[in-house]
Amino acid sequence: MPAALAISGLAKSFDRPVVKSVDLTIRPGEFYALLGPNGAGKTTILRMVAGLLKPDAGAISIFGIDALADPVAAKQRMAWVSDEPMVYDRLTPLEYLDFVAGLWQVEPARARAAAHELVDWLGLRPHANELCGGFSKGMLQKVALAGALVHDPQLIILDEPLTGLDAGSARQVKDVLRQRTASGVTVIMTTHILEVAERMAERIGVIAEGRLIAEGTLAELRTRIGRETTLEEIFLDLVAEGTEQGQDAA
Amino acid sequence: MNLAPASLPWLAAHEFRLAWRDALAMMTGGHRVRLVSWIIGGGTIYALMLVIAWFSVSPWTASGIIIDKQALVLISGMGLLFWAVTLSQALESVTRVYYGRSDLDLILSSPASSNRLFAVRAGAVFVTTATLGALLISPLVFALVVQDGPHWLSAFLVIAALAALSVAIAMAITRLLFRLTGPRRTRLIAQIVAGIVGAGFVIGIQAAAILSHQGFSRLAIFQSDTLISSAPDATSFLWLPARAALGEPLPALLLVGAALAILAATIAVIAPSYRHLATSAAGLNHIRSQRRASTGAFSITTQRQALRRKEFRLLQRDPWLLSQTLMQLLYLVPPALLLWVNYGSGAGDGSFVVIVPVLVMACGQLAGGLAWLAISGEDAHDLVATAPLTPGTILRAKVEAVLTVIGVVLAPLLLLMAFASWPMALITATCALIAAAAATAIQLWFRVTAKRSMFRRRQVASRAATLSEAFSSILWAATGALWAAGSVLAIGPAILALAVLGLARLMAPRHN
Repeated sequence: MPAALAISGLAKSFDRPVVKSVDLTIRPGEFYALLGPNGAGKTTILRMVAGLLKPDAGAISIFGIDALADPVAAKQRMAWVSDEPMVYDRLTPLEYLDFVAGLWQVEPARARAAAHELVDWLGLRPHANELCGGFSKGMLQKVALAGALVHDPQLIILDEPLTGLDAGSARQVKDVLRQRTASGVTVIMTTHILEVAERMAERIGVIAEGRLIAEGTLAELRTRIGRETTLEEIFLDLVAEGTEQGQDAA
Repeated sequence: MNLAPASLPWLAAHEFRLAWRDALAMMTGGHRVRLVSWIIGGGTIYALMLVIAWFSVSPWTASGIIIDKQALVLISGMGLLFWAVTLSQALESVTRVYYGRSDLDLILSSPASSNRLFAVRAGAVFVTTATLGALLISPLVFALVVQDGPHWLSAFLVIAALAALSVAIAMAITRLLFRLTGPRRTRLIAQIVAGIVGAGFVIGIQAAAILSHQGFSRLAIFQSDTLISSAPDATSFLWLPARAALGEPLPALLLVGAALAILAATIAVIAPSYRHLATSAAGLNHIRSQRRASTGAFSITTQRQALRRKEFRLLQRDPWLLSQTLMQLLYLVPPALLLWVNYGSGAGDGSFVVIVPVLVMACGQLAGGLAWLAISGEDAHDLVATAPLTPGTILRAKVEAVLTVIGVVLAPLLLLMAFASWPMALITATCALIAAAAATAIQLWFRVTAKRSMFRRRQVASRAATLSEAFSSILWAATGALWAAGSVLAIGPAILALAVLGLARLMAPRHN
C-alpha cells in the first residue's frame, strides 16, 4: 500500500530558504505530529502538501498520486484545516457544509447524513442555522473541522488546530481526530502544545531551520538524546542542536 | 510637543497619525516610489482640471458677473446637488464611526473619555468631507480668483459650512436610527438613506427634467422660467448661501459660523450616547443571526453550481454591498424613466444616445465591484484552493455568478427597451455585456487575496485596475452611444477600449 504522504527533496525559498530539501514519509492511518519553533518551516511544508504553495524543488505523493502533476486527484483525498478557521461569516454551519460537500462532490444523501452527524458530534446543533459571523473562535474552528471531515478525507492536515480553543472544544477536536485515526484516516498536525503531540501522535517529526532534524516515536526520540525526559526537554534539546547545525552550515 | 494623554488634541493626533499612515499605505502599497507616480499623476489631473475651469469661467467673467435671480437660482441648485452628495458621504462615514472601527474595544475599555473620542472622530469626518469638497471645487475657485478677484476665496467657507451641516445632519439621522430601529438595523438603513440622499436628489431633478420634457440635464430645471419667476426676490435671506458662494464675504462668514455652531452643538448632544451605542454596535459581531434551513441544501450540484450558490448567498447577505451598489442602481432610474416616457410618447431613437451609455457604464461599474467581491474577496481562500477542482473551474464559476447578477439587474431594463426599440436593446445588451466582461477580466487579472471587508478599499489597492476599469467602462459606453446614434465612429472608442484592456493585461501581475 502506498504511503499516505511521501515527500522528497522538498524545498521552498521566499526572500531566504524556508524549507531545505525535506524528505518525509507517513504511513496510512498514522497520527503524525510536526513540531518546530516559530518560523521553522512547518506551515510552509504543509501548505505545499495541500497545494496552496508551489515548491521550488522536490516531489509530493499522496496515496501514490503525484500531487504536483495531478493536484485535483490528490486534493480529492485530503482536507486542510488551518489555525485561522476558513469559514464564511455569512453562511450558517449547515450551508457551509453543503458548500464544502458540493466542492468535493459528495453524494447528497451521504453529505446530508455526514453533516448532521458532525453538527451533533461537535455540539453545533443549536447553532446549525445561525450565521457563523457571531461564533467564537472555538465554534468557528469546529465548523472548519466539520468541513474538513464532511467529505470523508483519507488524509487530514491540521495546522495548529487547537490554538485559541477552550479546554472543552480542544477535547472535542482531539476526540474527533482520535476516532478518525482509529478508523484508518491519516492525520498530520502541527502544534505548539507538546502535551497534545506527546499523548496523541504515534510519530513526531521535529523541524528547525527548514530541515527535518529528528523523527520517530517518543521512545526513539528519548533514545536519541540519551535520557528519560519529557517531550518538552527533548524538543528544546533537538531544536538547539538543529539550530546550531543550521548556523554551522550557513 | 507633549500632549496630555487622552486629551482632545492627543486623541486627534492619534487619529491623524492613523489616517495619514493608512492613506500612505493605500497610495503606495508599501512602495515609497509609487508616491512619486501619485504626485505626478495627481498633479497632471489637477492641472487639467485647472485648464478646464479656466476656460469654463472666462466667458462669464469677461462679460461681467451679474448676480441676478437667475444666477442665484442656478448657484443654489448646484449647491443643493453638491450638498446632497456631501450629506450622503457624511452619512456613510458617520455610520463607520459606530460600526467600522476595530479599535473601539481597546479605547472604550480604557479610562479615556468616549465623548472626546466621538468629538475627534466626528471632527475627522468633517475635516475629510470639507477637504474633499474643497479639493473638488478648488480649480473653479482659483480660476475665478485670478480672473475676478480674491473675494471668490469665500467659496471655500461655503464648502466648510456645507460639510459641517452635512456631518451634523448625518450624526442626527444616525442617532435617530439607533433610537428607532436599534443597532442591528441602523447600519443597513443608514446605507439606504445615504444612497437615496446621494443619488435621490440628483435623480429627482433629472426625473423632473425628463418628465417636463426639458431633457436629461440635471441643471435644466434650475434654468426654467417657471422656477425663476416663482423664486423669492434677489434680496431675500434665502439666497444667503448662494451669495456666499458667489464671493460675498459677510454671508460666507455668517454661514460658516452658524454651521460650525450647529456641528459643535450636535456633537455635544450626541457624544454622551456614543459609548453605549458603539458598544451595542460592536456587540453585533457576537450576536447570532438565525436563518431558516435552506430547502435546497445537500441536493445534487456540480462544483460550479456549489460555488455560484455560495457567491449568491454571500452577495445577498453582504452588509456593506448595498451602499456600494445602491447609487449605481439608482442612477439607472432616470434612463428607465426616459425610456418609459419615450415609449409612451412614441418618440424617436434620439434619447437612446443618452440611455445606452448610462446603462453600459452602470453595468461595467457594477460588474467591477461584484467581480472584486467574488474573485478577490474570498474569505475562505484556502478552503476553495484545497478543493479538488482546477483554478479555471473556480474562476469560471465566480465569473458566471457575477454575470448572472448583472443579467438580473439589466434584464428588466432591456425588456422595456426592447418594446420601444429592439435594435437599441440589442446594442445595449451587447455593449453592457462587453463592458461587464471587460471589468470582470480586469478584476481577474489584478486579483489579490483579500477579505470581503476590504471591499471599500479595493479602488485604492490597485490604481491601475481602478483606472483601467473606469476607462474601459467609459469607452464601451461611448461605443454604445455612437453605435446607437448610427455613427461608424463607434469603432474608435471600441478600439481604444480594447487597447485599454491590452494595457491592463500587460500591467497586471503574473499569477503562477
